[in-house]
Amino acid sequence: MNTVIIQYNAGNIQSVLYALERLGVQAKVTDDLETIQSADKVIFPGVGEASTAMRYLQERGLDKVIANLNQPVLGICLGMQLMCAYSEENQTSCLGIFEEKVKLFKPTEETIKVPQIGWNTIASLKSDLFKGVNENSYAYFVHGYYAALGNHTIGTTHYIQPYSCALHKQNFYGVQFHPEKSAKVGEQIIQNFLNLSIRK
Amino acid sequence: MLTKRIIPCLDIKDGRTVKGVNFEHIRDAGDPIALGAFYAAQGADELVFLDITATVEKRKTLSELVNKIAHKINIPFTVGGGIKTEEDVHVLLQNGADKISINTAAFLDPTLIKRFANKFGSQCVVLAIDAKCEADNNWYVYLNGGRTKTDKLVKDWAREAVDLGVGEILLTSMNHDGTKKGFAIEITADLSEILPVPIIASGGGGHQQHFYDVFTKGKADAALAASIFHYKEVAIPDLKHFLHEQGIVIRL
Repeated sequence: MNTVIIQYNAGNIQSVLYALERLGVQAKVTDDLETIQSADKVIFPGVGEASTAMRYLQERGLDKVIANLNQPVLGICLGMQLMCAYSEENQTSCLGIFEEKVKLFKPTEETIKVPQIGWNTIASLKSDLFKGVNENSYAYFVHGYYAALGNHTIGTTHYIQPYSCALHKQNFYGVQFHPEKSAKVGEQIIQNFLNLSIRK
Repeated sequence: MLTKRIIPCLDIKDGRTVKGVNFEHIRDAGDPIALGAFYAAQGADELVFLDITATVEKRKTLSELVNKIAHKINIPFTVGGGIKTEEDVHVLLQNGADKISINTAAFLDPTLIKRFANKFGSQCVVLAIDAKCEADNNWYVYLNGGRTKTDKLVKDWAREAVDLGVGEILLTSMNHDGTKKGFAIEITADLSEILPVPIIASGGGGHQQHFYDVFTKGKADAALAASIFHYKEVAIPDLKHFLHEQGIVIRL
């Protein structure tokens, strides 16, 4: 199986690469359009800022390539947010794969800390991505913006309010948390993604 | 709900863990990779590796070590010690560190915080503050591993640093460090109440109850300790079960 990680101006790419290695998968890190299009599985990672990342993707034609992929695609953190329609982070139009909008957490009196940093529960889990993952398992999150609940929500987390910790539409999957840093639970989710049947 | 975090800290010198560690499960207890993996398997929520290597030449081995740790460990980890430039940060993040921690260099040049936050994101910039409560009952910032006193109040420095872009604060009380008599509750709570970033409490954790206290009264988001874990005075699974039974939200 040929797995690629999309290379762009965002962090955590190495962490995803190493997590795959721990599962015995040697992935290719690339921004080459053809290599991405011909891969069996595509991982779209990311820690960073939405508008800078989108501009980078557009300049290289990666935006169109990603949105038109037919094989299983997994967006992680910013990767997932960029797969949504729009992000409040610097009013950025994103890839529009998921209709959900990405909003900024608004601090309340009880929860003043934004971004959310740490381990939180994932629940209302749907889809094969969460095969063998218990309801209310813990995953590691680092983010100041969140995808609202919507038609494509396949997992819910609560911070200030409930939001989408995972989205799914056709061959596209996105997770807000970092499976590559979420211990055994995260490894199971990555393995589940790798086990998805391939349609190109 | 977001959990409280338990963070073991490993001091590294010339690529080896410093404090004498004694675990029968680990063939080489001086090996930071083996020890880090052991803590991760035990349920640690994050790890901190603090490089106390004295010379710059030997520090180069740090990035190689970080790379090996990143290959092995499936939880987030922070690397600190001697970080001064964007290039230092870039190398560590490229090798797989999730966050970096800065202390004296940031105090001497606060623009460092802004530059790091802009370039790499606030989420990976942790500010470590060594704090000491003086006779006047005020908490002051200390530098150079606690050897140099400053006139800056901890609260002022923490606020300034958050405004410049630090994403988390690792607060070590020099009054409490090594005493095993409990964390500095008041200053931890003071910072946690006024600042919109997580506070990691450090120094003084000796028993399970101390962790409970710093999470409740101290309002800490995370608690860090070193030797009590290394010397098995407190085992992470026991600690987390205790906290869970006491009603603290914790990952089991």
